[in-house]
Amino acid sequence: MSDATPASSPSDSPASAAVNVMRWDPGEDVIEVKRSPAPGALRSAWRALRETARGLKTTFGRIAEGPVTMQYPEEKTPVYPRFRGRHKLHRFEDIPQHGTHAGLEKCVGCSLCAAACPADCIRVVAAENTPENRVSPGERYAAVYEINLSRCIFCGYCEVACPFDAITMGHDYELSSYDRSDLIFTKEMLLAESLERTPLRNEGE
Amino acid sequence: MSVAPLALVGYFEPAWIQVLKAILIFAIALQLVPIVLIIERKLLGRFQARYGPNRVGPYGALQPMADILKLLTKEQFRPTTSIGLLFAVAPVISILTAVAAFAIIPFGDVQDIFGTKVGLYGVDVSIGPLYLFAFGAVAFYGIMLGGWASGSKYSFLGAMRGAAQLISYEVSQGLALLGVVFTAQTLSLTGIVRAQGGMWYIVPQFVGFVIFLVAGFAETNRAPFDLTEADAELVGGYNTEYGGGRFASYYFAEYLNMLVVAGVVTTVFLGGWLLPFGIHPPGWVDPLVVLFKMSLITFIFIWIRATLPRLRYDQLMSLGWKVLLPLATLNALATAIIVVATH
Repeated sequence: MSDATPASSPSDSPASAAVNVMRWDPGEDVIEVKRSPAPGALRSAWRALRETARGLKTTFGRIAEGPVTMQYPEEKTPVYPRFRGRHKLHRFEDIPQHGTHAGLEKCVGCSLCAAACPADCIRVVAAENTPENRVSPGERYAAVYEINLSRCIFCGYCEVACPFDAITMGHDYELSSYDRSDLIFTKEMLLAESLERTPLRNEGE
Repeated sequence: MSVAPLALVGYFEPAWIQVLKAILIFAIALQLVPIVLIIERKLLGRFQARYGPNRVGPYGALQPMADILKLLTKEQFRPTTSIGLLFAVAPVISILTAVAAFAIIPFGDVQDIFGTKVGLYGVDVSIGPLYLFAFGAVAFYGIMLGGWASGSKYSFLGAMRGAAQLISYEVSQGLALLGVVFTAQTLSLTGIVRAQGGMWYIVPQFVGFVIFLVAGFAETNRAPFDLTEADAELVGGYNTEYGGGRFASYYFAEYLNMLVVAGVVTTVFLGGWLLPFGIHPPGWVDPLVVLFKMSLITFIFIWIRATLPRLRYDQLMSLGWKVLLPLATLNALATAIIVVATH
């Protein structure tokens, strides 16, 4: 047995190592194919009938179970809470904790999302905030914010890159359109309260 | 027991009744096929844990209408390599033989309608099973010519497979019926039904029943013997090049053939219009009994289709020649010996 094992220590001479390589012992790698003896005529007929009956039982069981189909336009597949659907832009909510920020856009036009985007589908043009026209709490805001959803791969990197949680992935997945230009979502569309058309999956579902 | 002469039909019907019956049978066949179509699609759906068609009409009941309308409004085209006349005639042969075979299935005993004796079947031929096999053999020309005249490899291969398959299985099918014919001592299908008053032939001829049913799957090119179509390998088999109304005819003939086999099994093995336990309902119930038994057989057809995978070609051949044929021969031989010994 010892000479069949491959050389493990460097003290072995090169010649014996070569011999060990030549005499490779498959050991437990060999899988022995076990075949049952060929059944006789009656035996195989019985087997065929039994297996057919088993198959018939299985398919009949599907009738008893009932369909599992989602009737899509009427019923919608529920999504998990972390499902990555269409993006959303956010505003500071109108609550006392946000103080003077309430109602302003969270996006400050830093373009980190555009930089992170592997599909290059986000376009941000920033502009300076002025005391008369304050859109975001920072120095700048996104004057133009467009996501081309026909390019987007829904990876969620923009969400991760955003330092202010201004952009998140929503739950909407019904994004088909008759026109490609309809798939370029502007800032107004992304900021708008979306109709939550997608049901959320319940706990344990 | 006196043996009825083979050519005895019993009575003659006026010509106008025969014409009326021919029209009625064609109409019934035309109505049954869409019903079987939608039921098959719904059942296949259920067998696969889905709904099946449920958008057109209530519960999808109008789906076959939509399909037929779509097929009939399509352009009639044919490949440039095809043989024009044969290409057009082949589906006609298919549909014609299917309807002709449907004519001999008895839906009831001879009824007294307005003083005229009317048999609830197209014709009560004194050579019932032979008539059936004759038209089955001609139906094969529909497939064969269709595949050949298409001028396409896939069609040709499908048609060739169909030819070999039909020849192989028709033999065992005929031998399976032989046992019944021995026992009933008549070839008339109504005679066979009347002979089942005591016991349906499914009990003494169970082997014959199984062989006939399995061979019936093969005869009608249904799964698991649908090598003629084998969509995975041959695109569509003999009907690859067909579209529109001609394809619809093939489709129609296929389903009508299934109904014919169901009807023959009902007649020959399940006692036709007879009910068990000595119940003798009024005459108008007979067709409903036959239709009910036919739907049971059709359900088995669909169930098998939903369950078994398609056979390989050599498996098909060895099943036909090495299993079914010897079994059918032995069954016929044993029946013959028993019939002779008990007389």
